[in-house]
Amino acid sequence: MMDIVTPGYMPHEALFPIVVDAMFTKNFLLVMFLGLCSFVGLTTNSETSKGMSMAVTFVMTMSAILTWPIFYYLLKPNHLMFLQTICFILVIASFVQLVEFIIHRYSPPLYRSLGIYLPLISTNCAVLGVVLLNVKEDFSYGASIVYAFGAGLGYSWVMLATAAVREKLIMRGVDLFNGFIGAFFAAMMMALIVVSYFSVVKL
Amino acid sequence: MAEKSFVGEIIRGIIKDNPVFVLVLGLCPTLAVTTSFANGLGMSLAFAFVMLGSNIFVSAIRKITPPGVRIPVFLLIICTFVTMVDMLLEAYLPPMYEALGIFVPLIVVNCIVIGRAEAYANRNPVLPSIADAIGISIGYMLVLLLIGSIRELFGTGKLQLVMLMSGVEGIKFYNIGNPLTIPIDPAVMMITPPGAFLTIGTLMLLFKIIGDRKRMRQLRKEGVEL
Repeated sequence: MMDIVTPGYMPHEALFPIVVDAMFTKNFLLVMFLGLCSFVGLTTNSETSKGMSMAVTFVMTMSAILTWPIFYYLLKPNHLMFLQTICFILVIASFVQLVEFIIHRYSPPLYRSLGIYLPLISTNCAVLGVVLLNVKEDFSYGASIVYAFGAGLGYSWVMLATAAVREKLIMRGVDLFNGFIGAFFAAMMMALIVVSYFSVVKL
Repeated sequence: MAEKSFVGEIIRGIIKDNPVFVLVLGLCPTLAVTTSFANGLGMSLAFAFVMLGSNIFVSAIRKITPPGVRIPVFLLIICTFVTMVDMLLEAYLPPMYEALGIFVPLIVVNCIVIGRAEAYANRNPVLPSIADAIGISIGYMLVLLLIGSIRELFGTGKLQLVMLMSGVEGIKFYNIGNPLTIPIDPAVMMITPPGAFLTIGTLMLLFKIIGDRKRMRQLRKEGVEL
């Protein structure tokens, strides 16, 4: 049944291009420049970058699930759109806090691998960015969730790849490019690939 | 803490605590909106407004803020100013609002603002906090303008300086003088995302080399054998 009042409803919304967009063409780290602080700070080794990527993907998807109904059923009908930033940040921060409590209480191993990254996420611009973009792009509920998940995957592969490059740089003893300078140059090359390759191949 | 002069605090924010090159914070807008000089200026003005407002308020209520919930309190204060600047830009500078896009609301999660609220404004009186905000804002602005100028110059082959002024067409960004041109083929890559990474990577490499040289000279002066 076609529900006309559903906001942002598009009859032929193709989900695959949305995922590819979020993962490559509009990669959050490389093209949209969101979440760079964690990119510089946490790609020192692959263990931390793995934990952070998992945590970010999870929180992104869950925030998309939580914020979409709030925006379309609470803020928009009441013409309170100017409150979106404040609302979204509160929802994300309290959700992250809640998850931290829950996994701390029920799953100490998971907390050790994931929990320590959670406090870093409530102020990660990638998470707030994905929910703001969902609203800006007028995505439907399904599309916004898929977009958030794809964005998380895109964030993850860049984090892991950069961590690998940085570990290699340390192993080879390339002193000058150690630290975040190496991360920036690695990001530049990956951005070149993403921007030039995926702008040629049309989906 | 010892006596701190107002001007000294400002200069510390520009050089010793430079938000981008020393603290490596607030990178997202630094790279995302610096495709031109004008965008860099717009972003840094919006940032300065939020930074100043947040530092003043955080510092003014620092004695009654319960330590346990200080981060949410900071976020609410910052959010208020961000919403204000968002609405002001939308009303008075629509082209700039379009160009900056979601990076205006994203000032909320800019690590610099939260970082200064936590590390400085929450522990110092209002006046030094204002100095700190001014210094950090100027430091941030210089970085954004530097990166914006480099990218605009090499990406389009010319550099147009602008300034926020009130003139015949109301308050908007007016061009200053003629654009500076260089006789090269513009490298479009510089205004695309890889160009941003290249610019900041090269600048940081440059500063690192200069810093290393300086340290070496210092060590040699102290008579350390290398």
